[in-house]
Amino acid sequence: MIAIIDYGVGNLFSLKSSLGMIGAQAVVTGDADVIRRADRLILPGVGAFGDARKKLAQTGLDAALCREAERGKPVMGICLGMQMLFEKSLEYGEHEGLGLIPGEVVPMAGRLPAGLKIPHIGWNALNIKRPDHPLMKYTDSGDCVYFVHSFFADHCAESVIATAEYGIDVTAAVARGNVLGCQFHPEKSGTVGLGILKAFCEL
Amino acid sequence: MITKRIIPCLDVKDGRVVKGVNFASLSDVNDPVELGRYYSLCGADELVFYDITASSEGRRLFTDVLKRVASTIFIPLTVGGGINTLDDFERVLTSGADKVSVNSGAIRNPQLIGDAARRYGDQCVVLSVDAKRVDGSYHVFAKGGREDTGMDALDWIRRGVSMGAGEIVLNSIDTDGVKRGFDLEMLDAVCSIVDVPVIASGGAGCMRDFVTLFRTLPKVDAGLAASIFHFGEVRIGDLKDELARNGINVRRIKDKDA
Repeated sequence: MIAIIDYGVGNLFSLKSSLGMIGAQAVVTGDADVIRRADRLILPGVGAFGDARKKLAQTGLDAALCREAERGKPVMGICLGMQMLFEKSLEYGEHEGLGLIPGEVVPMAGRLPAGLKIPHIGWNALNIKRPDHPLMKYTDSGDCVYFVHSFFADHCAESVIATAEYGIDVTAAVARGNVLGCQFHPEKSGTVGLGILKAFCEL
Repeated sequence: MITKRIIPCLDVKDGRVVKGVNFASLSDVNDPVELGRYYSLCGADELVFYDITASSEGRRLFTDVLKRVASTIFIPLTVGGGINTLDDFERVLTSGADKVSVNSGAIRNPQLIGDAARRYGDQCVVLSVDAKRVDGSYHVFAKGGREDTGMDALDWIRRGVSMGAGEIVLNSIDTDGVKRGFDLEMLDAVCSIVDVPVIASGGAGCMRDFVTLFRTLPKVDAGLAASIFHFGEVRIGDLKDELARNGINVRRIKDKDA
């Protein structure tokens, strides 16, 4: 059973439905006990880092999540959920992340060539850096996934398993042991996204 | 690099897809869930659902349809029509929409744009504008293109973006339903004043019109159309092939029969 961590941020309808589509059992939960009993965890998230991080801390689910990650349970962060796995974020100030993956989250503004719009929104092709990684089992370089974000994970080269080109190499997917993350939305990325969710369920 | 998006638009009334030519004479086309699934498999990059129902019963039907679509189709969904309050945002977002398109509701209450952007993020708020040439400028029309507001469209779009609209859908009433190509002149004017993604709507009649759109105006991010897709005059898979042949970066799907 997969626990989708609900801490009052974002729309979890599609995520839950997409897991149902690939035959995975998923619950949306804010209950630390359910999180402890689940086989896998997904940390979703949209909106601002500081706000989401605060909500996650208020619910106490950050501690529950980190505890399960340390026990070796597969954990996947999606979009802002992925960003929160890092040590810190520079989104409107400086915020401490969960510190499960070394690296920091930085703004795209000022780092992209002129003429590129921010947010990075739409379908972009993956360049898979670690084709042997089990999360990429059903995915090939060139497959497109759906992104919506204005900040990205940097200084995390050793954890990057896929990037997308948007004037610069944008961190698209990361893994450090059992802790994984996608900057894009697999639940909105058609059959390619479903393949990534399926691979996560088979880890 | 990011791909150009092809977006079919489905007008939904009483749970069925309809499409008006020049916003009049509606004709029933298809079931939204079936049509949505078909488009998704063909490679549509996003779907737009417009609720053109006025009654509360129709609104409830629409929300049910949306939930059914969002449980089976895993590409971005934008919902518009009848969005007047933050409660309307909440209603469609919790039913599976990713983005919400505001039009007349924002004209009546421009603050809605900023309020929604603060609550759900800029990326969630799409400002849809129906514009038409009047006395040498572009005017914003309300109520499905029936009422001239007298507002200058470029001013309105600039203001909408400054308040937090994350994307613009520009529908030219002058070219809508005519099928002789997008309104390149009007689109160019909009692209030159905003930095957010611009979606072209109104006027596509054939594949060539999309090629011309993206070649002439590289700043346009997406092309939206309805009847040419619904009636099978343009197939999305073929359109993607044609765009790719013309050097335009598009998303190709792995297996068309998936």
